[in-house]
Amino acid sequence: MKTRYMNPYLAGFLLGLVLLATVFITGRGLGASGALKSVVTSTVWAVAPGHAAKTAFFQSAHPEGQSPLMEWLVFEALGVLLGAFLSGVISDRLTFTLEHPPHVKSWVRVAGAFAGGALFGLGSQFGRGCTSGAALSGMAVLSAGGFLTMLAIFGSAYAVAYFFRKLWI
Amino acid sequence: MGPLVPDIISPELNLILGLLLGIAFGFVLEQAGFSSSRKLVGLFYGTDFTVLRVFFTAGVTAMSGVLILNHFGLLDMDIVYINPTFVQSAILGGAIMGVGFVLGGYCPGTSVCGAAIGKIDGMIFVLGGLFGIFAFGEAYPAILKIYTAGSYGDLLVSQPLGISQGQFALLLIVVAVGAFAATTWIEKRVNPESESFRFPHRAQRWAAAGVLVLGLILAALPDRKTSLLSAAADPAYQRAHPVERITSDELAFHIMDGDRRILPVDVRDATVFAKTSLPGAVNIQPPTMLGKEWRDVLSQDQNRKVFFAQDEASAVRAATLARILGYKNVAVLQGGLDGFNRTILQAAAPSEGLPELELGTARFRARAATEIAALIKQRGGVKPVRRIKKVQGGCGS
Repeated sequence: MKTRYMNPYLAGFLLGLVLLATVFITGRGLGASGALKSVVTSTVWAVAPGHAAKTAFFQSAHPEGQSPLMEWLVFEALGVLLGAFLSGVISDRLTFTLEHPPHVKSWVRVAGAFAGGALFGLGSQFGRGCTSGAALSGMAVLSAGGFLTMLAIFGSAYAVAYFFRKLWI
Repeated sequence: MGPLVPDIISPELNLILGLLLGIAFGFVLEQAGFSSSRKLVGLFYGTDFTVLRVFFTAGVTAMSGVLILNHFGLLDMDIVYINPTFVQSAILGGAIMGVGFVLGGYCPGTSVCGAAIGKIDGMIFVLGGLFGIFAFGEAYPAILKIYTAGSYGDLLVSQPLGISQGQFALLLIVVAVGAFAATTWIEKRVNPESESFRFPHRAQRWAAAGVLVLGLILAALPDRKTSLLSAAADPAYQRAHPVERITSDELAFHIMDGDRRILPVDVRDATVFAKTSLPGAVNIQPPTMLGKEWRDVLSQDQNRKVFFAQDEASAVRAATLARILGYKNVAVLQGGLDGFNRTILQAAAPSEGLPELELGTARFRARAATEIAALIKQRGGVKPVRRIKKVQGGCGS
């Protein structure tokens, strides 16, 4: 028997307090895609340093004499992984599963997850952050760009939801 | 006071705090149910509005907290990272992410949560995310133009709307409460077995009323910056709290003397200051005194801070503000820089017919004119520097 999820308003309030504490302590918001970017940058530098040195994007993300993984967001994302795992342990939700509706084939879900992830990764670079770093953290500091990105994410998702309904319902 | 990094908390400790804050972030996200893709996309099919509730509540909470801390001078928003606004890129990126959301069922943060509790689709989403960022990096030169178009810097969402930050907060709270009510109504019809009504209805109404009152308070709160600046500019306040004046002669004497306990503070625009100013002067834009930038300079009580501008009145405003902020040993140059130029720099040559006392003054001024003019020439053009940098943050920087 799995324990129920937290009351969404309480969860939202707690999440807001975590974000507020982050801004007050560190002067910056929470994020996720930035950590993935650091992973990509360090991988490219490790695998093909010659190529990385020639590519402006990977160059700029690699501070002199320091690993791209020595970044605040990387530590924060490791924390997210740990915190979610901890929550899963407490609420007894740890299972290896591929979550999808019964009528959807496994490979379709796998392809959808990869394509969705790729689009999110790409979009997060244009948006200078994802749902966490741009939309939520931007909202906390009243950033106009953050609100624009948030409206665009949810607007676009609602606009295309109908065409992908077979994936979910 | 805030942000605590880097003055109170070192950058190394900050990384550890990042880990701890991340643990709290991940824990709450998973507890809210954000590790389940089907729960997340329920938002787009009207079956589950958890995302909207959590997201809006979190945003309103954090934003209200930021506004309140800022109002009481506990959080310096001039230093806090504000996500920069690039219009085209923000919209394009958001539109791409929206498709990714519906297709993949996650966003980056939630996919990490899903992966953490063993969701294979979450792990695959993370891999896809890495691939998407790599693709962006490879295509970077080709898309640089749209990536950097429509730049507005640290634009606040309230600015183009022409309202105060507090008024925007009220607006957002009204929208959020409206959305909570509407989605509960929709959910009841689309998915009657939904588990999402944990609050008794009465409690929900009280909570809604409470946050609306909070919104009204935020909207009514005068912005700290505006209220302090207007108090400092109020003639009645200035009369009641007079600032000490220092004459051009006295200042000239201290400058020639090389007195280090006198600090001329030029409050004119940076561009004017860059061209010419008094020897040894620092350039402080009055609003920046509200933050941390000049705290260490202004709080050295043994130094006399002599505020000046072209005219006396602008300097009085700045000095009054400094006094309101609690800085001591503050004075204003009487007659402003115009007066100083007339009395000292353009002083007439002493003529022998003058009475003894005036002759002494005239001789002093003539000597001061030569010496100080030389010092000003020596100073040359000075570029003012921003002393405290903004926090570097965000995911795309």
